This record gives sequence, structure tokens and C-alpha cells, in this order.
Amino acid sequence: MKLHNISFGNIKRRKGKMFFLVLGLVIGISTVVTLLSITQTMTRNIEERLNQFGANIVMVPKSENLSLNYGGIDVGGVSYKVREFDQEQLEDIKTIKNYKNLSIIAPKVLGPVTVNGKNVLLMGVLFEEELALKTWWHKTGGTFPEKENEVMLGSQIATLLGFKTGGIINLSGNSFKVATILKPTGASEDDAIIASLGASQRLLGKEDKLSMVEISAFCQGCPISEMTLQIAEKFPNAKVTAMKQAVMSKMQSIDMFKSFSLGVSIIVILIGSLLVLVTMMGSVNERTREIGIFRAIGFRSGHVMQIILLEAMLLGIIGGILGFVIGNLIAYGIIPVMIKDGAFAGINANLGIVSIFMAVALSLLASLYPAFKASNMDPSEALRAL
Amino acid sequence: MTQVNHLIEIHGLKKIYQSGDIKVDAIKQMDFFIDDEEFIAIMGQSGSGKSTLLSIMGALNHPTEGQILVDSLDLYSLTAEQRADFRSEYIGFIFQSFQLIPYLTVLENVKLPMAVTGQKKKIKNQMALEMIDRVGLGAKSHRLPDQLSGGEQERVAVARAIVNKPPIILADEPTGNLDSKTAEEIMLLLQSLNKDGHTVIVVTHNQDIKAYATRSIKVQDGECFA
Repeated sequence: MKLHNISFGNIKRRKGKMFFLVLGLVIGISTVVTLLSITQTMTRNIEERLNQFGANIVMVPKSENLSLNYGGIDVGGVSYKVREFDQEQLEDIKTIKNYKNLSIIAPKVLGPVTVNGKNVLLMGVLFEEELALKTWWHKTGGTFPEKENEVMLGSQIATLLGFKTGGIINLSGNSFKVATILKPTGASEDDAIIASLGASQRLLGKEDKLSMVEISAFCQGCPISEMTLQIAEKFPNAKVTAMKQAVMSKMQSIDMFKSFSLGVSIIVILIGSLLVLVTMMGSVNERTREIGIFRAIGFRSGHVMQIILLEAMLLGIIGGILGFVIGNLIAYGIIPVMIKDGAFAGINANLGIVSIFMAVALSLLASLYPAFKASNMDPSEALRAL
Repeated sequence: MTQVNHLIEIHGLKKIYQSGDIKVDAIKQMDFFIDDEEFIAIMGQSGSGKSTLLSIMGALNHPTEGQILVDSLDLYSLTAEQRADFRSEYIGFIFQSFQLIPYLTVLENVKLPMAVTGQKKKIKNQMALEMIDRVGLGAKSHRLPDQLSGGEQERVAVARAIVNKPPIILADEPTGNLDSKTAEEIMLLLQSLNKDGHTVIVVTHNQDIKAYATRSIKVQDGECFA
């Protein structure tokens, strides 16, 4: 006979009361688990979109002139002198605090070249970085350029100039093989010839110069605006802009939802704890006679407290496990309804452990007062109930 | 100077219950002693103060005044936890209406006082089964209390009271809820425990109990008459 036998026995005997106690914990824990799963899915969803959008930080040389271009339409007709960075300077980006969060750094050089007597845009890129960044670039045939003497044409320019994959194109007197033609993207690259960075710099006479750098920063809850500031500090001559404000504002919405979830969780947990407290108090009051017997046969007040708290701990474990399972089931069912293209993020084992600990802690906290009351019950008073 | 020659000595005992302005003198003045291996019947009508006296002797109820010495130990100079240990070691309680724990089996109920002692499980089992056999319930050790008759439940209560082999057994109206035949069986059981060396103190209003006791103490209006 040990004290835990008494706790087990009482739980088995008072199934109805214990059910309500566990219910209080299950409601609290499952609400927290559901809300956390929803915010986790929302965050993942937004981050995936961020990744699909490509660069979220763009660095261009600072200019005092205002842009007269909107949505690809140039209304000024004035050609400003294009300013560049030194390629060597780009190494400084590695010294920013959040460098490890910069997943892709794609430098470019831009400039005009002549093809069949026409001025066209040449964009020099590091193909490996650029293709990782522009996941929406699809070739129509052939392969993406791998050599210095290969180029890739935008869909619009290929049609206008009449080039096909495998053909030879002459850029300012230098011959290049058309390795592939891009499918239409609806963006500036439709009108550009894309060549390797080194070859483009030589063709444009801009050795070791860069016109712009596109950067993809990706991590859960990355401080994009902070990283933008860190880069801007390192490159005082550059204008560093965080892109995709719309997505960022969605992240703010998620933050708001997170705060809301936290608030709801706290309220639900408080209600759950209150239910545990009331049920435990009821249980202790009902057991006055029993506690009197325990005290009369030599149980110390600490022993009585142990019995009550052990019950609370056992019920906390049950409530935590059930709350975690039910919370995940609700999240699994509700996420596809609540979030477009949203899928349940999966079971998080760490959250499971935290849930159980949280339920046990709540149950113990809510049972402290009833346990204290029971343990300090005057044995003679308790025995008067006999 | 107090001469300690007896197992239990009660000196100048008073107990007043107070509720608001109302004071009730449950025990007005009591002085008596009980020797080792005595079988004492404390007789008195309802409200005479006998149950209060029993709870004070059982280290459960702090007296308003006076001193109670058990084996030279001044009970109410001890802390609450020390008194709990004293009860565990010295006292076996038998309550009116049996007061068994309904969700524990006979064996578990009998083992209950040993839940807070440091004995090994095997020894606890052995001691409990021995006591259950002693009260004649060997075949029913795995039954729950509500599967037993009143007399059998009282026997379980007796087994629980003696399992730790306490020197003193305090019984509050042990035959109050039993028919005369079963009551006689229980009293004979208590008598045999007394013969085995336990000091038995029974509180009752039933005059028939006197016949089993070696001595009786009459309690009336909060005072005792040996």
C-alpha cells in the first residue's frame, strides 16, 4: 500500500468528477495546440510564398534622380547615367549580423548591346544564383547556359529578333550560342538577353562592376527590415529596399493573429484552471471524512497533500495527452477550411511535450489551494463528519 | 512534580468549544489514569463529552487546558506532525460506522496505516493478511467494503486498527451499528486483543460493554467518575 494507490483508487471511483477536471485541461490545451498549429501553418504558408516571389531585398546604386518608370513603362524618355558598385565591395555583405539568413545573393550587370543594328538590354548574371532565385523561369528547349559563350533570350526579344534555340547571336561583334529561350514571364527579362556575368561585364566594358544585387532572405520570422538596414549600413552608396510589402503586411497579420491566439489561449487556460480548481475543491470537500480517517491513522499533512497533488499530476498527464491529440485533430480538420491552400503542418513532438508539462503544471497549480486546505484540515473537525 | 507510573495520565483536562459568543464546556474537569493492558469502558450519554475525550486521548483534538501524558510523553507539547507520527505508532482507531475507504479492498484498507511507514511491500502484505486472518476474514481480503456485512466491515476496521501493532486501541461506539450477536463477537475480539497486550479504551453508551472491560469510567456533563 502506497500513497499513489489511494490517488489511483480515488480517480477510478470519482470518474464523473475527474472527467470534468480532465475536460477543463483538455479544452485549455487543445485550444492552445489548435491555435499554435494554425499560426504555424499560416507562417509556413506565407514563407513559402515569400520564397516563390524570389528576392525580397534589392540593392541598387543610390541616385538622386527620381524614377520616371512605372510598371515597365518609361514616361521620361531621359536616359540617366547608370551607376555601378564595385564587385569586390559585395564581399562586405558577409559581415552583416544576419548573413546566415541570406540564402541567395544574385549580382547583375545591365547595359545596352547591339544586335542586328538594334540596341537591346543585356543582363549579366551568375546563372546558378539567378536560377535558384527565379524559380518561375522555364526554358522552351535546350539547356540553361553553362558556358561563357552561351546566352539565354527572353521570349519577347527572341520573337522580335527571330532567334531560335541553338542559333548564333552576334552581340556587339561577339558571337554567342542561344542555349535556350525563356517562356514568357511577364517581367523585364522577356525583353533581355541574359548572359554570364563575366562575359557581360567584358561586353559592356564594366569589368568588376555590378548594376544591382537581388537578395533572398529566408528563414522563419526573419527580420527582413532589420536585415535591410544592416545591408544599407554596409553599403552607404546603395539604396536597399525590402520588397513584397504585401507579403510583409500579411506577416504582420499573422503577428496580430498570434497575439490574438495568445490572448484566447490565456483566457481558455484560465477558465480550464478554474474548472480544475472548482472540481478539486469539490472533491476535497466530499472527502472530508476520508481525510479525517487518514489523519487519524497517522498520515501527516504532507501525506494528504501528496495524495491530492498526485491525483492532479496524473489527471494533468491525461489532460495534456488528450488535449494535444484533440488539438491536432481539430487543427487537421480546420486548417484546410480556414487557410486557402493550407495543409496541416504535422505533429510537433516538442509541442506535445510542452503540452503535457503545461497541463501538469496547470493542474498542480490549480490544485495547490485545495491540497493545502485538505492537508491543513483539523483532524478533529474532519472526524466530526464521521 | 508529576509522577509518571501509568500508560495514560490525564491532568486537569478542560475542553471548551466556542462558536461566536456561544461557549460549550465539552469537558469541564477530568483527572484520571489508565494503566498498560487495561480494558477501559468510558460510559456516558450522548453529549456527555466522551467522544471529545477520546479524540483528545487520540492526539486529534487540542484541549483548552490540562495535560495528557502517554508513556511520559506530553501529547500536546508535540507539533502537529509529531502527533501524526504518534498516532501512527501508538494508536489504533476504531470508528463508529466502520469508516472504511470504499474504493479500497479489504486488504488495501487494512494496509492503509502502513502507507506512511517505511516497511517493505512484502512485509506489509504479510502483516495485513495476518490481521485479516485474525479477524476471520481471510477469504474475503479482495472484496470491497460494500460487498461485506456490517459485522465484517467492523472486523476490517479492527484489523486496520491493529495492523501497526499499536499499544493503544481507541474505539468509538464499536457496536453502535451492529446487531447484538455481531456486537458480542466484536467485543470478544477486542477482549482477545486486550489479552494479547493491547490497552483497549472503548467509548460507549451501551451498558452491556462494561462486562467486557476490566474497568469503567463514567462521563457525565463533562466530568468523569471512576
